Amino acid sequence: MDFALTEKQEILHRSAREFLEVECPTSVVREAEESREGHAPELWRKMAGLGWLGISLPEQFGGTGGSLTDQTVLFEEIGRALTPGPLLTSSVLAAQIVLNAGNDAHKAALIPGVISGEIILTLARGERLETASRDGGLTLSGDSLFVPYAGLATQIICATHPAIGASPDTTLVLVDPNADGVTLTAMESIANYPQFLVDFDDVPLPDDAVLGEIAEGTPALDLAVQRATVVQCAETLGRAQKVLEMVVEYAGHRVAFGRPIGTFQAVQHRCADLRVAVDGGRMLTYQAAWKLDQGLPSGDEVSMAKAQAGMLSRVATEAGHSIFAGISFTVEHDMQLYSARAKIAEANLGDTEYHLDQLTI
Amino acid sequence: MDFNFTPQQNTFREELREFLTAEVPLEKQEVFGLLTEEQYQFGREINLKLAERKWLAIGWPEEHGGGGKGPVEQGILAEDMGYWRVPKSGSIGLGIVGPAIMVFGTQDQKDRYLPAIAKGEVEYCQGFSEPNVGSDLGSLELRAERDGDEYVLNGSKMFTSYAYHADYMYLLARTDPQAQKHRGISMFIADLKTLGIGLTPLPYINGEMAAQTTFDNVRLPLSCLIGEENRGWYHAMTTLDYERSGLWRYANVRRVFDDFVEFCNDSSPDGGQPLAEHPLVRHQLAQRRLGMETWKLLCWNVAWMQSSGALPNSEASVAFLYGSEERLRFAEMAMEVLGPYATLRSGSPLAPLLGNIEGIHREAMHLHGAGTTEIHRNIIAQRGLGMPR
Repeated sequence: MDFALTEKQEILHRSAREFLEVECPTSVVREAEESREGHAPELWRKMAGLGWLGISLPEQFGGTGGSLTDQTVLFEEIGRALTPGPLLTSSVLAAQIVLNAGNDAHKAALIPGVISGEIILTLARGERLETASRDGGLTLSGDSLFVPYAGLATQIICATHPAIGASPDTTLVLVDPNADGVTLTAMESIANYPQFLVDFDDVPLPDDAVLGEIAEGTPALDLAVQRATVVQCAETLGRAQKVLEMVVEYAGHRVAFGRPIGTFQAVQHRCADLRVAVDGGRMLTYQAAWKLDQGLPSGDEVSMAKAQAGMLSRVATEAGHSIFAGISFTVEHDMQLYSARAKIAEANLGDTEYHLDQLTI
Repeated sequence: MDFNFTPQQNTFREELREFLTAEVPLEKQEVFGLLTEEQYQFGREINLKLAERKWLAIGWPEEHGGGGKGPVEQGILAEDMGYWRVPKSGSIGLGIVGPAIMVFGTQDQKDRYLPAIAKGEVEYCQGFSEPNVGSDLGSLELRAERDGDEYVLNGSKMFTSYAYHADYMYLLARTDPQAQKHRGISMFIADLKTLGIGLTPLPYINGEMAAQTTFDNVRLPLSCLIGEENRGWYHAMTTLDYERSGLWRYANVRRVFDDFVEFCNDSSPDGGQPLAEHPLVRHQLAQRRLGMETWKLLCWNVAWMQSSGALPNSEASVAFLYGSEERLRFAEMAMEVLGPYATLRSGSPLAPLLGNIEGIHREAMHLHGAGTTEIHRNIIAQRGLGMPR
């Protein structure tokens, strides 16, 4: 039993924090939000240069080959800085699907580009995506909602079904978003988070579009989703930790009734409750990461981490807006950046209620 | 990060479970809210048997009669003893007094007190709270005046758990009334047979018999002083952090939670679907499972910190606060699910889970152990987060 970070992880944690404090101030976050792309291309290139997009991808493709725990350490910092861009979507969720399901050619064609940042992948899921055989090939029809960063994507991985209602098994296919029959419609979201409705109108797929075997994609998808869920919990944890530091700092010097508001127990106890939630979140998140690193069945651990992350987000949001009070209701103040992203994360990859429902009872 | 135990620790747990399975059958296990004298004595016997195997004080150094292992092994012991619902005894000696003597005691005191604790032969009670002093412990009033080669104690201690079973009391008394409040306190061990110590029964709502302990010109030899005179507050605060994982308390509750989940899976009150498949019940069970798991990890975080040589402080308060509140959330939830059956006490033929749910609800009113929940929040905010006082 050892809950400490390794020396390398400590270095990663410190250097990531230092880098992001310089390169990703909230002005960059706001700029990315205003651009409606949710992306900061220059920062993206620098992060790729640091190897962050390949931190837990195999060395043979140019990655660092680190563990999910390493990635969790990094993404705590990425979350803390509200770092914009498809880091989670492309370099974790989609890249892991390619690794789990793709053949050697798929991996060689996509993973190095994901790591260098030149290829951006995303995932389209939904009950309404189906593949059909025609003229010896496959075609894709239907639509998918809430596809993150589709507007920037080089390729969209679609989790499809052989025919609607015919089989629960998933077929994973790669689709070029610029192909005929693919239409992207931006969905208006909190903080301009770039989510899209993607419509596929009888799109013919090339022969090598299928990742893995037809109707056998579910395990590869599930495992990738589990890893991405843990990484997203790490982002939530990093944001909540930062909110805690912000409110403690503010309460230490904001004076009311002739004394710093941090001397009031009502304020202290809110901060204490947030600290309890952060500590619980850290233990649950790292437990899930560690379990996945061990290759052990981790469904319950991942779901517990994500369910708690949703609750943690709410505690942080409430503490932040309550202690910063009036000023945090302004667009100018950074607290709203945190609460908006907390809500996006809460709703993505299954919310608290969804994950509670997944738990073995 | 490593959430695994070592192979040796796993072996210890396996051996311990074999022992508990053989020695602590269900009918001997404690029911919440119903601690009988017979059960307490049974707990003492189990401690003696654990001590024969050098397991009782497994985390203590061997020179003091311990097992020479560390806080993780002590945590495994606490977790499994709690889960087997072994009636608790000896915990104040093992968890608080022993460590204080190891750090601050003289060689003579170590020889006199420690081996008996490690062997499970003695029971200690703790004399901290007083009739007028609880959360603001630094204001305690029990006086200890130096008179030649003795201290003379006058005053009163309150909420003395284990008083009727204890051989000794570990206490804080005011030795310098002129000094600033935390700087005039000393730590003592008093033999409860000493003339002038009186006990007044103080029954608790969980079935436990505690006492108010009065001191009327009680004379203690100088050798009863632990550590430096007037440094007792600081000694106590240091050693209070020693055994604070709270794994016993967690596992005690976890056992009833696990039993309750099983009960909900097996019971179909309307002859229809099991309780656990009712969406509202299932959802609440899932929430509490998450709560229990969080509690467990927060406790192990404290044990791990101790094993790495760190002194958990606000971390122990995080675990303790979380546990107190989670225990209450579980008790309330279970009572809600059981409806009017939740009101049946142990002994009623219709009481579910031997009456453990009703009992744990009473136990959950214990929101003040080792500090009220408010005090723990203060500690987390002030010591943990550095917020101003």
